[in-house]
Amino acid sequence: MKVTQLSIFAENKPGHILAPCRLLADNGVDIRALSLADTQRFGILRLIVSGWQAAANLLEEAGFLVRATEVVAVVVPDHPGGLVRVLSAFEGTPINIEYMYAFPFAREERAVLIFRFDDPDAAIERLREAGIAMAERQELFGDDLFGTEAAR
Amino acid sequence: MSARGERFATPVLSTTGPVFQPASALDYIPRTQLEQLQLNRLRAVVERVWARVPLFRSRLDELGIVPEDIRALDDASRLPFTVKTDLRDTYPFGLFASPMRDIVRLHASSGTTGKPIVVAYTGADLEVWSQAMERAFAACGLHDGDIIQNAYGYGLFTGGLGAHYGAERLGATVIPISGGNTDRQIMVMRDFGVTAICCTPSYFLHMVDRAAELDVDLRDLPVRAGVFGAEPWTEAMRVRIEAMAGIKAFDIYGLSEIIGPGVAVECEYQDGLHIFEDHFYPEIIDPETGEPMPTGAEGELVLTTLSKQAMPVLRYRTRDITALLPGPCPCGRTLRRMRRISRRSDDMLIIRGVNVFPSQIESVLLEMEDTMPHYQIILTREHGLDQIEVQVEVTARMFSDTVGALETLHDQLADAMERVLQVRTAITLVEPHTIPRSEGKSRRVIDRRSS
Repeated sequence: MKVTQLSIFAENKPGHILAPCRLLADNGVDIRALSLADTQRFGILRLIVSGWQAAANLLEEAGFLVRATEVVAVVVPDHPGGLVRVLSAFEGTPINIEYMYAFPFAREERAVLIFRFDDPDAAIERLREAGIAMAERQELFGDDLFGTEAAR
Repeated sequence: MSARGERFATPVLSTTGPVFQPASALDYIPRTQLEQLQLNRLRAVVERVWARVPLFRSRLDELGIVPEDIRALDDASRLPFTVKTDLRDTYPFGLFASPMRDIVRLHASSGTTGKPIVVAYTGADLEVWSQAMERAFAACGLHDGDIIQNAYGYGLFTGGLGAHYGAERLGATVIPISGGNTDRQIMVMRDFGVTAICCTPSYFLHMVDRAAELDVDLRDLPVRAGVFGAEPWTEAMRVRIEAMAGIKAFDIYGLSEIIGPGVAVECEYQDGLHIFEDHFYPEIIDPETGEPMPTGAEGELVLTTLSKQAMPVLRYRTRDITALLPGPCPCGRTLRRMRRISRRSDDMLIIRGVNVFPSQIESVLLEMEDTMPHYQIILTREHGLDQIEVQVEVTARMFSDTVGALETLHDQLADAMERVLQVRTAITLVEPHTIPRSEGKSRRVIDRRSS
């Protein structure tokens, strides 16, 4: 399923990741997954949070540059070959992965992969065809993980 | 040639300090005579532009001034100002006072927008220019027999050819190496026995640093003088250059709109720049009100060309802030001196000799984005070379969650900046609200080039 991810622009300087994280913590926003893309010049902090819309408003009001993007969450068994099976599904297709990151799912022996595709709808269709399970919010994470507007 | 060579051939001359040089004769003309000459020429130039240049004609008409009204030098202050935009608005040839068949040279300088400013010279103008540059070199103690490495850029920029012709006229040996290729510059300086160099001061500092890396000690070389200009520099830079290179460093001033380099230059006392007043009439005005300022007071330098044919300019506002120094110079020249340029009254920046305006930076930002992002310009000097960095606050429209998109934006901005500014510009994308907000444009510029 599609999940809304928040991306925050950060200069590549000491302390610049702390500020947005502290703001979210002070307001009780739970960060479920994150990835930091960094270059020599700047960084992009990508977050999957509970209640993304409220979190985005908080960040924007505090002056951070935030962008909401739809990403695709896929569940894989947490053992060797789990990732390869998903990636193989896109072999020979024009679907491009812009970036991805993973986090383990604590309750079961499974991991969640977050994909940013250039064409998420085509990717979801391809995953369905390949019989690969996408994360279903209620089933896997409980109600609020991806926020109320995340379900498709 | 042989006669001229012999004149300075005896070693005594070079060890007893400055000697009178024939090239400098005009620098010592008695004031009353000089002022009569200036008045005659001022009247002639007003007559010329009144008769030949529509823009000047209409401005003089508006003020009800006819050439006959110029009866004393003070009457210059009644003449209309000319500003840089006048040259741009009449692009390319609108201010020419000579037909093209009489014009033998065109140069161009960077303008505030993409269009350059075009300047023209007749054969007589080139003669005046060469002579002014010859006198400038002579004031710096150079003469025939000197080997002058001319590292000003050759081309549309007036620096290269202006210095070239003056040095040739002086009878020196000219090496027309132009700018760039620092290692070769150092090799030539060492192997050719160069005795004087001209370039921008920041480029020379770069050469000094590079020479140290190459294990070349400039103090061991015959080079004894540097004629540095095309950008403002400081006394601290002079001290550093003179100590590190074992030379005397002279400040030279000029601008394309007036003629190019050779408007004013320091003498051996290095205490203010003598203006070649027989060709360029200086005034200091209050940049706010335009009113003339008394001698010694700081204000904007305004110059009127007294001898130019192809493109005379009345009361050109240079935007350079200086003061005319009172009293005579111990060197004996009767030409008045101006204090070295410390700053400008507008927001023009000079980076490695290239004129850069914040408005150019804004035009690039606006081209990329629909609304102007907040930005800041930071100038530094690394290894003696000016560096410009433009910090741009990332806007919601610019921001993307993918690194590639931001990198592309960064590269596009850097390329567009370089294309417009003609200087390699570092772009730094910064977080929103991190650049201090201020009213004035000048606050957008942080100049750390003080060393």
